[in-house]
Amino acid sequence: MPLLGADMTAGRLVLWHKQPGDTVARGDILAEVDTDKGAIDIEVFTSGVLEKILVQAGEKVPVGTPLAIIREPGETAAVAGPPSPAMPAPAPPSTPVPGRHRASPAARKAAVALGVDLSAVQGTGPEGTIALADVERAAERGKAALPTAPTPSGPRERMRQAIAAAVARSKREIPHFYLSTTIDLARATNWLAELNAPRPVADRLLAGVLFIKAVALALRDVPELNARWDGDRAVPSQAIHVGVAIFLREGGLMAPALHDADRQPLEQLMRAFQDLVNRTRSGALRSSELSDPTITVTSLGERGVEAVYGVIYPPQVAIVGFGKIVERPCAVDGQVVSHPVVTVTLSADHRVTDGHRASAFLNKIDALLQTPERL
Amino acid sequence: MTRIELESVVRRLLGAIAPEADLSALKPEVPFRDQLDMDSMDLLNFFVAIEKELGVSVPEADYAKVSTLGGCVDYLAAALG
Repeated sequence: MPLLGADMTAGRLVLWHKQPGDTVARGDILAEVDTDKGAIDIEVFTSGVLEKILVQAGEKVPVGTPLAIIREPGETAAVAGPPSPAMPAPAPPSTPVPGRHRASPAARKAAVALGVDLSAVQGTGPEGTIALADVERAAERGKAALPTAPTPSGPRERMRQAIAAAVARSKREIPHFYLSTTIDLARATNWLAELNAPRPVADRLLAGVLFIKAVALALRDVPELNARWDGDRAVPSQAIHVGVAIFLREGGLMAPALHDADRQPLEQLMRAFQDLVNRTRSGALRSSELSDPTITVTSLGERGVEAVYGVIYPPQVAIVGFGKIVERPCAVDGQVVSHPVVTVTLSADHRVTDGHRASAFLNKIDALLQTPERL
Repeated sequence: MTRIELESVVRRLLGAIAPEADLSALKPEVPFRDQLDMDSMDLLNFFVAIEKELGVSVPEADYAKVSTLGGCVDYLAAALG
Protein backbone atom coordinates (compact mmCIF):
# COMPACT_ATOMS: atom_id res chain seq x y z
CA MET A 1 0.00 0.00 0.00
CA PRO A 2 1.77 3.12 -1.21
CA LEU A 3 1.99 6.34 0.75
CA LEU A 4 -0.26 8.72 -1.17
CA GLY A 5 -0.32 11.65 1.21
CA ALA A 6 1.68 13.08 4.08
CA ASP A 7 -0.60 11.70 6.75
CA MET A 8 -2.03 8.68 5.02
CA THR A 9 -1.78 5.68 7.33
CA ALA A 10 -3.93 3.11 5.54
CA GLY A 11 -5.86 2.55 2.34
CA ARG A 12 -8.65 0.32 1.15
CA LEU A 13 -8.01 -1.85 -1.87
CA VAL A 14 -11.20 -1.51 -3.88
CA LEU A 15 -10.51 -3.17 -7.21
CA TRP A 16 -7.90 -5.30 -8.95
CA HIS A 17 -7.41 -4.58 -12.64
CA LYS A 18 -5.08 -7.55 -13.11
CA GLN A 19 -5.44 -11.14 -12.12
CA PRO A 20 -2.87 -13.73 -11.07
CA GLY A 21 -1.07 -14.97 -14.16
CA ASP A 22 -1.47 -11.69 -16.06
CA THR A 23 1.60 -10.10 -17.59
CA VAL A 24 2.17 -6.57 -16.30
CA ALA A 25 4.42 -3.83 -17.61
CA ARG A 26 5.87 -0.87 -15.79
CA GLY A 27 3.22 1.85 -15.69
CA ASP A 28 0.22 -0.45 -15.98
CA ILE A 29 -2.67 0.19 -13.64
CA LEU A 30 -2.70 -2.71 -11.25
CA ALA A 31 -5.42 -1.80 -8.81
CA GLU A 32 -7.45 1.00 -7.30
CA VAL A 33 -7.18 2.22 -3.75
CA ASP A 34 -9.60 4.40 -1.84
CA THR A 35 -7.94 7.09 0.23
CA ASP A 36 -9.05 10.21 2.05
CA LYS A 37 -8.48 12.00 -1.27
CA GLY A 38 -10.57 9.65 -3.34
CA ALA A 39 -9.97 6.60 -5.51
CA ILE A 40 -6.42 6.40 -6.86
CA ASP A 41 -5.06 4.13 -9.58
CA ILE A 42 -2.10 2.09 -8.36
CA GLU A 43 0.63 1.65 -10.93
CA VAL A 44 3.15 -1.14 -11.16
CA PHE A 45 6.81 -0.14 -11.12
CA THR A 46 8.28 -3.29 -12.54
CA SER A 47 7.46 -5.61 -15.41
CA GLY A 48 6.70 -9.28 -15.00
CA VAL A 49 3.87 -11.60 -14.12
CA LEU A 50 1.37 -10.98 -11.34
CA GLU A 51 2.00 -14.05 -9.28
CA LYS A 52 -0.15 -13.57 -6.24
CA ILE A 53 -2.61 -11.09 -4.81
CA LEU A 54 -2.03 -10.53 -1.11
CA VAL A 55 -4.77 -8.05 -0.31
CA GLN A 56 -8.30 -8.67 -1.45
CA ALA A 57 -10.77 -6.11 -2.76
CA GLY A 58 -12.51 -4.49 0.17
CA GLU A 59 -9.62 -4.92 2.61
CA LYS A 60 -8.14 -1.89 4.36
CA VAL A 61 -4.45 -2.26 5.14
CA PRO A 62 -1.70 -0.03 6.58
CA VAL A 63 0.68 1.89 4.34
CA GLY A 64 3.63 -0.32 3.44
CA THR A 65 1.64 -3.55 3.32
CA PRO A 66 2.57 -5.61 0.23
CA LEU A 67 -0.42 -5.80 -2.08
CA ALA A 68 0.79 -8.47 -4.48
CA ILE A 69 3.79 -10.45 -5.66
CA ILE A 70 5.11 -9.77 -9.16
CA ARG A 71 7.61 -12.18 -10.62
CA GLU A 72 10.12 -10.42 -12.83
CA PRO A 73 11.43 -12.11 -16.00
CA GLY A 74 14.02 -14.73 -15.07
CA GLU A 75 12.86 -15.01 -11.48
CA THR A 76 11.78 -18.37 -10.16
CA ALA A 77 8.12 -18.53 -9.32
CA ALA A 78 7.55 -18.30 -5.57
CA VAL A 79 4.43 -20.36 -5.95
CA ALA A 80 4.49 -23.14 -8.52
CA GLY A 81 1.53 -23.85 -10.72
CA PRO A 82 -1.68 -21.92 -10.98
CA PRO A 83 -2.78 -19.45 -8.33
CA SER A 84 -3.93 -20.96 -5.10
CA PRO A 85 -7.56 -22.01 -5.29
CA ALA A 86 -7.96 -20.59 -1.79
CA MET A 87 -7.40 -17.15 -3.20
CA PRO A 88 -10.67 -15.46 -4.11
CA ALA A 89 -10.95 -14.22 -7.65
CA PRO A 90 -10.71 -10.47 -8.06
CA ALA A 91 -14.05 -8.75 -8.23
CA PRO A 92 -15.28 -8.06 -11.75
CA PRO A 93 -15.51 -4.37 -12.59
CA SER A 94 -19.28 -4.31 -12.50
CA THR A 95 -19.42 -5.73 -8.99
CA PRO A 96 -19.92 -3.02 -6.40
CA VAL A 97 -17.06 -3.05 -3.93
CA PRO A 98 -16.59 -0.87 -0.89
CA GLY A 99 -15.08 2.48 -1.68
CA ARG A 100 -15.47 2.27 -5.46
CA HIS A 101 -18.46 3.85 -7.05
CA ARG A 102 -19.49 4.70 -10.56
CA ALA A 103 -21.84 7.63 -10.16
CA SER A 104 -23.40 10.34 -12.26
CA PRO A 105 -22.20 13.92 -11.68
CA ALA A 106 -25.54 14.87 -10.17
CA ALA A 107 -25.29 11.90 -7.81
CA ARG A 108 -21.79 12.90 -6.75
CA LYS A 109 -22.88 16.43 -6.06
CA ALA A 110 -25.89 15.27 -4.08
CA ALA A 111 -23.73 12.81 -2.12
CA VAL A 112 -21.47 15.64 -1.00
CA ALA A 113 -24.38 17.89 -0.13
CA LEU A 114 -26.27 15.20 1.75
CA GLY A 115 -23.27 13.57 3.39
CA VAL A 116 -23.90 10.23 1.72
CA ASP A 117 -21.02 7.78 1.37
CA LEU A 118 -21.25 6.58 -2.24
CA SER A 119 -19.49 3.36 -1.37
CA ALA A 120 -22.55 2.38 0.62
CA VAL A 121 -25.03 3.13 -2.16
CA GLN A 122 -26.34 0.47 -4.54
CA GLY A 123 -26.59 1.96 -8.01
CA THR A 124 -29.64 1.24 -10.14
CA GLY A 125 -28.38 2.86 -13.35
CA PRO A 126 -26.59 1.22 -16.29
CA GLU A 127 -23.89 -1.19 -15.10
CA GLY A 128 -24.69 -0.29 -11.52
CA THR A 129 -24.10 3.42 -11.95
CA ILE A 130 -25.32 5.37 -8.96
CA ALA A 131 -28.00 7.83 -9.99
CA LEU A 132 -29.27 10.91 -8.20
CA ALA A 133 -32.37 9.05 -7.02
CA ASP A 134 -30.16 6.34 -5.44
CA VAL A 135 -28.35 8.97 -3.41
CA GLU A 136 -31.56 10.65 -2.34
CA ARG A 137 -33.00 7.31 -1.21
CA ALA A 138 -29.81 6.57 0.71
CA ALA A 139 -30.01 9.96 2.36
CA GLU A 140 -33.58 9.29 3.42
CA ARG A 141 -32.61 5.91 4.84
CA GLY A 142 -29.75 7.57 6.67
CA LYS A 143 -32.08 10.11 8.21
CA ALA A 144 -34.36 7.37 9.43
CA ALA A 145 -31.52 5.42 10.95
CA LEU A 146 -29.50 8.34 12.25
CA PRO A 147 -31.49 11.46 13.04
CA THR A 148 -28.25 13.35 13.55
CA ALA A 149 -27.01 12.70 10.01
CA PRO A 150 -25.10 13.75 7.89
CA THR A 151 -22.24 11.48 8.74
CA PRO A 152 -18.99 13.15 9.83
CA SER A 153 -16.98 10.88 7.55
CA GLY A 154 -18.40 11.89 4.18
CA PRO A 155 -16.00 12.54 1.32
CA ARG A 156 -15.77 16.28 1.94
CA GLU A 157 -15.07 15.80 5.63
CA ARG A 158 -12.48 13.11 4.94
CA MET A 159 -10.72 15.35 2.45
CA ARG A 160 -10.74 18.25 4.90
CA GLN A 161 -9.44 16.02 7.67
CA ALA A 162 -6.58 14.81 5.46
CA ILE A 163 -5.64 18.38 4.58
CA ALA A 164 -5.93 19.42 8.22
CA ALA A 165 -3.58 16.65 9.29
CA ALA A 166 -1.03 17.49 6.62
CA VAL A 167 -0.92 21.24 7.23
CA ALA A 168 -0.94 20.83 11.02
CA ARG A 169 2.02 18.50 10.74
CA SER A 170 3.73 20.90 8.39
CA LYS A 171 3.34 23.90 10.67
CA ARG A 172 4.30 21.80 13.70
CA GLU A 173 7.44 20.28 12.24
CA ILE A 174 8.71 22.58 9.50
CA PRO A 175 10.30 25.94 10.34
CA HIS A 176 8.90 27.92 7.44
CA PHE A 177 10.40 31.13 6.16
CA TYR A 178 8.90 33.30 3.48
CA LEU A 179 10.17 35.47 0.65
CA SER A 180 8.42 37.29 -2.16
CA THR A 181 9.33 39.19 -5.27
CA THR A 182 7.43 41.01 -7.99
CA ILE A 183 8.22 39.94 -11.53
CA ASP A 184 7.64 42.02 -14.65
CA LEU A 185 5.66 39.85 -17.07
CA ALA A 186 5.53 42.18 -20.06
CA ARG A 187 7.83 40.03 -22.14
CA ALA A 188 6.22 36.77 -21.11
CA THR A 189 2.64 37.90 -21.70
CA ASN A 190 3.48 39.53 -25.04
CA TRP A 191 5.33 36.44 -26.18
CA LEU A 192 2.45 34.23 -25.07
CA ALA A 193 -0.14 36.37 -26.85
CA GLU A 194 1.84 36.24 -30.10
CA LEU A 195 2.34 32.52 -29.76
CA ASN A 196 -1.34 31.82 -29.08
CA ALA A 197 -2.87 34.21 -31.62
CA PRO A 198 -2.65 31.97 -34.71
CA ARG A 199 -3.24 28.73 -32.82
CA PRO A 200 -6.47 26.81 -32.50
CA VAL A 201 -7.83 26.97 -28.97
CA ALA A 202 -6.73 23.45 -28.13
CA ASP A 203 -3.08 24.28 -28.87
CA ARG A 204 -2.85 27.46 -26.81
CA LEU A 205 -0.73 27.77 -23.70
CA LEU A 206 -1.76 29.23 -20.36
CA ALA A 207 0.50 31.57 -18.40
CA GLY A 208 0.45 29.02 -15.61
CA VAL A 209 2.47 26.57 -17.64
CA LEU A 210 5.22 29.18 -18.09
CA PHE A 211 5.31 29.57 -14.32
CA ILE A 212 5.56 25.83 -13.75
CA LYS A 213 8.37 25.46 -16.28
CA ALA A 214 10.26 28.43 -14.82
CA VAL A 215 10.05 26.94 -11.33
CA ALA A 216 11.24 23.57 -12.59
CA LEU A 217 14.23 25.04 -14.43
CA ALA A 218 15.15 27.32 -11.51
CA LEU A 219 15.38 24.25 -9.28
CA ARG A 220 18.35 23.08 -11.34
CA ASP A 221 20.24 26.07 -9.97
CA VAL A 222 18.98 25.67 -6.40
CA PRO A 223 18.54 21.92 -6.08
CA GLU A 224 18.30 21.95 -2.29
CA LEU A 225 14.71 23.15 -2.68
CA ASN A 226 13.92 20.08 -4.77
CA ALA A 227 14.17 17.60 -1.95
CA ARG A 228 12.40 15.58 0.69
CA TRP A 229 12.94 15.79 4.42
CA ASP A 230 13.79 12.33 5.69
CA GLY A 231 13.91 12.20 9.49
CA ASP A 232 16.87 14.43 10.17
CA ARG A 233 18.16 15.47 6.78
CA ALA A 234 17.11 16.60 3.34
CA VAL A 235 17.44 14.13 0.51
CA PRO A 236 17.73 15.93 -2.85
CA SER A 237 15.71 14.51 -5.70
CA GLN A 238 17.39 13.84 -9.01
CA ALA A 239 14.14 14.33 -10.89
CA ILE A 240 12.02 17.48 -10.77
CA HIS A 241 8.38 16.56 -10.29
CA VAL A 242 6.32 19.71 -9.75
CA GLY A 243 3.15 19.24 -7.73
CA VAL A 244 0.43 21.63 -8.83
CA ALA A 245 -2.30 22.62 -6.39
CA ILE A 246 -5.69 21.96 -7.99
CA PHE A 247 -8.95 22.85 -6.26
CA LEU A 248 -11.74 20.31 -6.35
CA ARG A 249 -15.31 21.25 -7.02
CA GLU A 250 -16.54 19.12 -4.14
CA GLY A 251 -14.23 21.03 -1.80
CA GLY A 252 -10.60 20.60 -0.86
CA LEU A 253 -7.58 20.40 -3.11
CA MET A 254 -4.93 18.04 -4.35
CA ALA A 255 -1.40 18.66 -5.60
CA PRO A 256 -0.43 15.85 -7.98
CA ALA A 257 2.86 15.80 -9.84
CA LEU A 258 3.78 16.89 -13.32
CA HIS A 259 6.62 14.48 -13.80
CA ASP A 260 9.96 15.75 -15.11
CA ALA A 261 8.53 19.21 -15.60
CA ASP A 262 11.96 20.67 -16.32
CA ARG A 263 12.52 18.37 -19.29
CA GLN A 264 9.21 18.79 -21.10
CA PRO A 265 8.80 21.29 -23.93
CA LEU A 266 6.12 23.87 -23.13
CA GLU A 267 3.53 22.36 -25.46
CA GLN A 268 3.99 18.93 -23.97
CA LEU A 269 3.93 20.33 -20.45
CA MET A 270 0.71 22.19 -21.25
CA ARG A 271 -0.99 19.02 -22.46
CA ALA A 272 0.23 17.16 -19.40
CA PHE A 273 -1.00 19.98 -17.14
CA GLN A 274 -4.41 19.99 -18.81
CA ASP A 275 -4.67 16.23 -18.55
CA LEU A 276 -3.63 16.30 -14.91
CA VAL A 277 -6.21 18.95 -13.97
CA ASN A 278 -8.98 17.10 -15.79
CA ARG A 279 -8.08 13.76 -14.24
CA THR A 280 -7.74 15.25 -10.78
CA ARG A 281 -11.24 16.67 -10.99
CA SER A 282 -12.70 13.48 -12.41
CA GLY A 283 -11.02 11.25 -9.84
CA ALA A 284 -8.59 9.43 -12.13
CA LEU A 285 -5.17 10.06 -10.62
CA ARG A 286 -2.31 7.60 -10.54
CA SER A 287 -0.47 6.71 -7.37
CA SER A 288 2.85 8.09 -8.59
CA GLU A 289 1.25 11.46 -9.22
CA LEU A 290 0.41 11.72 -5.54
CA SER A 291 3.57 10.23 -4.14
CA ASP A 292 6.18 11.85 -6.39
CA PRO A 293 5.99 15.67 -6.11
CA THR A 294 9.30 17.17 -5.08
CA ILE A 295 8.00 20.74 -4.76
CA THR A 296 4.56 22.34 -5.05
CA VAL A 297 3.34 25.30 -7.07
CA THR A 298 0.12 27.00 -6.04
CA SER A 299 -1.76 29.95 -7.47
CA LEU A 300 -4.67 31.99 -6.23
CA GLY A 301 -4.26 34.64 -8.88
CA GLU A 302 -7.48 33.67 -10.58
CA ARG A 303 -9.28 34.27 -7.30
CA GLY A 304 -8.01 37.83 -7.30
CA VAL A 305 -5.28 37.27 -4.70
CA GLU A 306 -2.04 39.15 -5.30
CA ALA A 307 0.22 36.98 -3.13
CA VAL A 308 -0.15 33.51 -1.63
CA TYR A 309 2.18 32.21 1.08
CA GLY A 310 1.70 28.46 1.03
CA VAL A 311 2.12 25.78 3.66
CA ILE A 312 4.83 23.29 2.72
CA TYR A 313 3.47 19.83 2.01
CA PRO A 314 5.66 17.35 3.89
CA PRO A 315 8.01 15.74 3.17
CA GLN A 316 8.68 18.43 0.56
CA VAL A 317 10.76 21.42 1.62
CA ALA A 318 9.30 24.26 -0.43
CA ILE A 319 6.18 25.64 -2.05
CA VAL A 320 6.03 28.44 -4.62
CA GLY A 321 3.02 30.74 -4.90
CA PHE A 322 1.86 32.85 -7.83
CA GLY A 323 -0.61 35.67 -7.41
CA LYS A 324 -2.81 37.58 -9.80
CA ILE A 325 -1.27 39.16 -12.88
CA VAL A 326 -1.96 42.87 -12.46
CA GLU A 327 -0.99 46.05 -14.27
CA ARG A 328 1.41 48.21 -12.26
CA PRO A 329 3.46 51.30 -13.03
CA CYS A 330 7.04 50.35 -13.81
CA ALA A 331 10.09 52.51 -14.50
CA VAL A 332 11.61 51.53 -17.84
CA ASP A 333 14.47 53.57 -19.33
CA GLY A 334 13.51 56.55 -17.23
CA GLN A 335 9.86 56.36 -18.21
CA VAL A 336 6.96 55.25 -16.07
CA VAL A 337 4.94 52.71 -18.01
CA SER A 338 2.23 50.21 -17.16
CA HIS A 339 3.35 46.57 -17.18
CA PRO A 340 1.74 43.31 -16.14
CA VAL A 341 3.44 41.97 -13.02
CA VAL A 342 3.00 38.98 -10.75
CA THR A 343 4.00 38.49 -7.12
CA VAL A 344 5.87 35.24 -6.64
CA THR A 345 6.35 33.87 -3.15
CA LEU A 346 8.42 31.11 -1.67
CA SER A 347 7.75 29.24 1.55
CA ALA A 348 10.82 27.19 2.37
CA ASP A 349 12.09 24.89 5.11
CA HIS A 350 14.78 26.71 7.09
CA ARG A 351 16.37 23.42 8.10
CA VAL A 352 17.24 22.89 4.45
CA THR A 353 18.20 26.28 3.11
CA ASP A 354 18.40 29.95 3.93
CA GLY A 355 17.27 33.29 2.60
CA HIS A 356 20.36 33.79 0.49
CA ARG A 357 19.80 30.66 -1.59
CA ALA A 358 16.05 31.12 -1.60
CA SER A 359 16.54 34.62 -3.04
CA ALA A 360 18.69 33.15 -5.78
CA PHE A 361 15.85 30.78 -6.60
CA LEU A 362 13.28 33.57 -6.94
CA ASN A 363 15.72 35.65 -8.98
CA LYS A 364 16.26 32.72 -11.31
CA ILE A 365 12.49 32.37 -11.85
CA ASP A 366 12.43 36.08 -12.70
CA ALA A 367 15.30 35.72 -15.16
CA LEU A 368 13.70 32.74 -16.86
CA LEU A 369 10.41 34.56 -17.33
CA GLN A 370 12.25 37.41 -19.08
CA THR A 371 13.21 35.01 -21.88
CA PRO A 372 10.03 32.96 -22.28
CA GLU A 373 11.06 31.69 -25.70
CA ARG A 374 13.83 29.73 -24.00
CA LEU A 375 11.60 27.98 -21.51
CA MET B 1 -28.99 28.05 -35.18
CA THR B 2 -31.32 30.19 -33.07
CA ARG B 3 -30.27 31.99 -29.91
CA ILE B 4 -32.29 29.52 -27.87
CA GLU B 5 -30.48 26.63 -29.52
CA LEU B 6 -27.12 28.30 -28.99
CA GLU B 7 -27.90 28.90 -25.33
CA SER B 8 -28.84 25.26 -24.98
CA VAL B 9 -25.51 24.20 -26.51
CA VAL B 10 -23.58 26.54 -24.22
CA ARG B 11 -25.34 25.23 -21.14
CA ARG B 12 -24.64 21.66 -22.18
CA LEU B 13 -20.96 22.34 -22.74
CA LEU B 14 -20.72 24.12 -19.40
CA GLY B 15 -22.45 21.18 -17.77
CA ALA B 16 -19.71 18.86 -18.94
CA ILE B 17 -17.11 21.07 -17.28
CA ALA B 18 -19.01 21.92 -14.11
CA PRO B 19 -21.28 18.90 -13.63
CA GLU B 20 -22.23 19.93 -10.12
CA ALA B 21 -23.58 23.30 -11.22
CA ASP B 22 -27.25 24.16 -11.40
CA LEU B 23 -27.20 25.54 -14.91
CA SER B 24 -30.88 26.43 -14.84
CA ALA B 25 -29.95 29.16 -12.36
CA LEU B 26 -27.21 30.60 -14.55
CA LYS B 27 -27.49 34.38 -14.71
CA PRO B 28 -26.86 35.70 -18.23
CA GLU B 29 -24.89 38.77 -17.14
CA VAL B 30 -22.61 37.26 -14.48
CA PRO B 31 -19.22 35.81 -15.56
CA PHE B 32 -19.00 32.03 -15.70
CA ARG B 33 -15.86 32.27 -13.58
CA ASP B 34 -17.86 33.74 -10.69
CA GLN B 35 -21.00 31.65 -11.03
CA LEU B 36 -19.46 28.29 -11.79
CA ASP B 37 -16.13 28.57 -9.95
CA MET B 38 -14.31 28.10 -13.24
CA ASP B 39 -10.60 28.69 -13.61
CA SER B 40 -8.52 29.32 -16.73
CA MET B 41 -8.21 25.60 -17.44
CA ASP B 42 -11.99 25.19 -17.28
CA LEU B 43 -12.44 28.15 -19.60
CA LEU B 44 -9.88 26.75 -22.00
CA ASN B 45 -11.73 23.43 -22.01
CA PHE B 46 -14.96 25.33 -22.63
CA PHE B 47 -13.48 27.21 -25.60
CA VAL B 48 -12.07 23.99 -26.98
CA ALA B 49 -15.53 22.44 -26.74
CA ILE B 50 -17.09 25.44 -28.52
CA GLU B 51 -14.56 25.15 -31.31
CA LYS B 52 -15.20 21.45 -31.66
CA GLU B 53 -18.99 21.67 -31.47
CA LEU B 54 -19.68 24.88 -33.37
CA GLY B 55 -16.50 25.47 -35.33
CA VAL B 56 -16.01 28.88 -33.75
CA SER B 57 -12.46 29.61 -32.65
CA VAL B 58 -12.55 32.35 -30.04
CA PRO B 59 -9.36 34.47 -30.11
CA GLU B 60 -7.77 35.20 -26.75
CA ALA B 61 -8.49 38.87 -27.27
CA ASP B 62 -12.22 38.07 -27.29
CA TYR B 63 -12.29 35.92 -24.18
CA ALA B 64 -13.85 38.76 -22.16
CA LYS B 65 -16.73 38.96 -24.64
CA VAL B 66 -17.70 35.34 -24.09
CA SER B 67 -17.26 35.29 -20.33
CA THR B 68 -21.00 35.39 -19.61
CA LEU B 69 -23.93 33.39 -20.93
CA GLY B 70 -25.45 36.43 -22.61
CA GLY B 71 -22.17 37.60 -24.08
CA CYS B 72 -21.29 34.13 -25.25
CA VAL B 73 -24.61 33.63 -27.06
CA ASP B 74 -24.30 37.09 -28.66
CA TYR B 75 -20.77 36.34 -29.80
CA LEU B 76 -21.58 32.93 -31.20
CA ALA B 77 -24.71 34.19 -32.94
CA ALA B 78 -22.64 36.88 -34.67
CA ALA B 79 -19.84 34.45 -35.53
CA LEU B 80 -22.24 31.95 -37.05
CA GLY B 81 -24.05 34.63 -39.00
